[in-house]
Amino acid sequence: MDKNLSQRQLDMKRSLLDQGYLDEQFIQLEELQDEDSPNFVEEMVTTFYNNSARLLENIEQALVTGPIDFAKLDNYMHQFKGSSSSIGATRVKNECTRFREHCTAANAEGCIRTFLRVKQEHTILRTKLETYFQLARQAGPSASGGGAKVR
Amino acid sequence: MNPSIGKGSMSTASSSAAWKAGDVVPDKFPAGLRVLVVDDDPTCLVILEKMLRTCLYDVTKCNRAEIALSLLRENKNGYDIVISDVHMPDMDGFKLLELIGLEMDLPVIMMSADDGKNVVMKGVTHGACDYLIKPVRIEALKNIWQHVVRKRKNGGGWKDVEQSGSVEDGDRQQKPSEDVDYSSSANEGNWKNSKKRKDEEEDADDRDDSSTLKKPRVVWSVELHQQFVAAVNQLGIDKAVPKKILELMNVPGLTRENVASHLQKYRLYLRRLSGVPPHQSGLNNSFISPQEASFGPMSSLNGLDLQTLAVSGQLPAQSLATLQAAGLGRSTTKSGIQMPLVDQRNLFSFENPKLRFGEGQQQHLSNSKPMNLLHGIPTNMEPKQLATLHQSAQSLGGLNMQVNAHGGQSSSLLMQMAQPQSRGQILNESTGSHVPRLPSSIGQPIMSNGIAGGVIGRNGISDNGRGTGYNQVPPTTSMLSFPMNHTTELPGNSFPLGSTPGISSVTSKGAFHEEVSSEMKESPGFLHSYDIFNDLHQHKSQDWELQNVGLHFDASQNPNPIQGSLEVSPSVLVHQGCYSSSQRSGQNRNASALGRAMFSVVEGTEQRNTQNVGQHLNNLLVDNSVRIKAERIPDASSQITVFPEHFGQEDLMSALLKQQQGGIGPAETEFDFDGYSMDNIPV
Repeated sequence: MDKNLSQRQLDMKRSLLDQGYLDEQFIQLEELQDEDSPNFVEEMVTTFYNNSARLLENIEQALVTGPIDFAKLDNYMHQFKGSSSSIGATRVKNECTRFREHCTAANAEGCIRTFLRVKQEHTILRTKLETYFQLARQAGPSASGGGAKVR
Repeated sequence: MNPSIGKGSMSTASSSAAWKAGDVVPDKFPAGLRVLVVDDDPTCLVILEKMLRTCLYDVTKCNRAEIALSLLRENKNGYDIVISDVHMPDMDGFKLLELIGLEMDLPVIMMSADDGKNVVMKGVTHGACDYLIKPVRIEALKNIWQHVVRKRKNGGGWKDVEQSGSVEDGDRQQKPSEDVDYSSSANEGNWKNSKKRKDEEEDADDRDDSSTLKKPRVVWSVELHQQFVAAVNQLGIDKAVPKKILELMNVPGLTRENVASHLQKYRLYLRRLSGVPPHQSGLNNSFISPQEASFGPMSSLNGLDLQTLAVSGQLPAQSLATLQAAGLGRSTTKSGIQMPLVDQRNLFSFENPKLRFGEGQQQHLSNSKPMNLLHGIPTNMEPKQLATLHQSAQSLGGLNMQVNAHGGQSSSLLMQMAQPQSRGQILNESTGSHVPRLPSSIGQPIMSNGIAGGVIGRNGISDNGRGTGYNQVPPTTSMLSFPMNHTTELPGNSFPLGSTPGISSVTSKGAFHEEVSSEMKESPGFLHSYDIFNDLHQHKSQDWELQNVGLHFDASQNPNPIQGSLEVSPSVLVHQGCYSSSQRSGQNRNASALGRAMFSVVEGTEQRNTQNVGQHLNNLLVDNSVRIKAERIPDASSQITVFPEHFGQEDLMSALLKQQQGGIGPAETEFDFDGYSMDNIPV
């Protein structure tokens, strides 16, 4: 069972990577995981989602309230993008880039549109990662972290 | 598998102890490297901390720049390296970078998700020892210890190492290098010199410090830094040499080297404060950037002066940049304005060293007659004559430095210079194909402003393009130029731009616009001065850029015989810090260096109605940065803002105006001051 779970976990990770949901950075995080912090990656992802929810809210507020301050929006999104990239959330990051392009162009409609996409990707990834971590937990500590053994 | 790997436990106590142990590099190095990481994003912060711990470093994290600073201040020697994010809510990462560099002299690595060239460049210019793009990989962090070692090794003696042995060496090393830098900068541009100087210093330091990696570091606490700043201000930014600063500070245990390295950083810091745009005045960034490290002689002058000026609000950032550029670029400018060497020399004969601008100018000078004024290398000018100018020039150069001090004085001085008498002299001289006289007449304080230099330059310059025997650069013009220098000081100096048809630049005080539009019109009376401007103008206001703020007079080395003499002035002027080297009549863009800003003002005035000039002057004056755009030196005649009379603000203006009316055509007020808002020149 463990083996299967581990395999499933690995497969899922592979699939997430292939589909561009995650990137190399995520692997780096996993490599940091060790006996001292066996759930490091999961903890990081949790921290990320808690923090990013706040950022997203700020952005949303800025978008709907009064005249749009593109500079501020860009600033927020820059932070959000940096945060996302630190856990390897590739798709989210890419949408952030597009959003910032619209900010630069002061394109409100474009901003709103891409913001929705950012949020969407953000949510999708969270779901997938939740599943992933579940698998990881079930598979046991040896199956993940420290450079997951590739079969 | 080594169980200890990845565990942060190792890093703590043992590592710190290891570092403190002494001079020998701990065996565990780089394990135990004490890193302070600052990032407002919690996700990144934790990840970084984890990565650093994996590298066996001793990590402290904080999410606010203020907290980081207080941590650093409390525990002066508690950290080896700092890693900071660029975008932080409470303080800009670059600002933190600078503060750390100034106060603690620690290596700082910047990080950002932003990988745009500009941002990275900013990191470089602000002194970051590395720049990491997020997301940061652990591989990038594994080698950060090299920055610590490098800094210790290179900066040891040079920076804050308190070792008596290195002091002497450092001193010896530094002094000569400084001189060398000054002189050579003229030829090569600042940054090369600074590099050279840095290398020299580093060599000396290496010798001293190579044996020890960790040296007691002088931590520049806030109090200490305050003392330092007080000392620097007391001495005057141009005269602030480490030795004197050290004496003034009178802090036991502080070495001259500590002060020297700190001074360098401080200069960079000031420069940044002034917001000098990297590309000002056409000079390439190289001037600015290289200067960061250590302003070469030129830069130092420019930088310091400008900075101080700028900081003190006297020199608008732009002018600063311009000046610097001018100073730096002077060498290249070929402003035809050649200040009469004679005059110039006198003018600049004042301590050359400070006139770093001169360095750049050197080049110009060399063309016609090297104005060593700036560099400190005595130009051909006879000191006596230039003495007066010298003073003014000096002040000009130090626009920031001393000029400020002069305040209205300079203007008056300049005015004096502009006095008709000088004018006569100048004129005469100019005929002689150089405006040698300027110095004498100018002897006045004006020179102190440095504007004098400009003025002088003007006279000579006016002829650049012309080649006609204008030499008569109306003395006033030259004088006028000086007043320009005053501008730096004279916030309100109303350089009578209007009046100085030729000398329009003069009025512009300090902020020499690179573009001294030598629009000196040639008014029958002035001839020369205008010529200079004309030439300058003709050639291309752009050349003014070269003007290096310092005195571009060099630049003005007008090819014209007449102008020849002016050369000096421009440089002088330039030196002064902002003379609008616009003097360079067309050709002598060099002059513009000085007053690029100034000159442009002046020049602009030439043609313009005195009023306009006045206005411009006012603006200039107000800004302290005489940004005279050399561009307009339509014809020396009108523009030469000879400030025959007093250079008080209003006086200047009126003087200029008068002159204009007298001999020059209506001064056109349109000063095209580049970048400088000359609009507020109080008339």
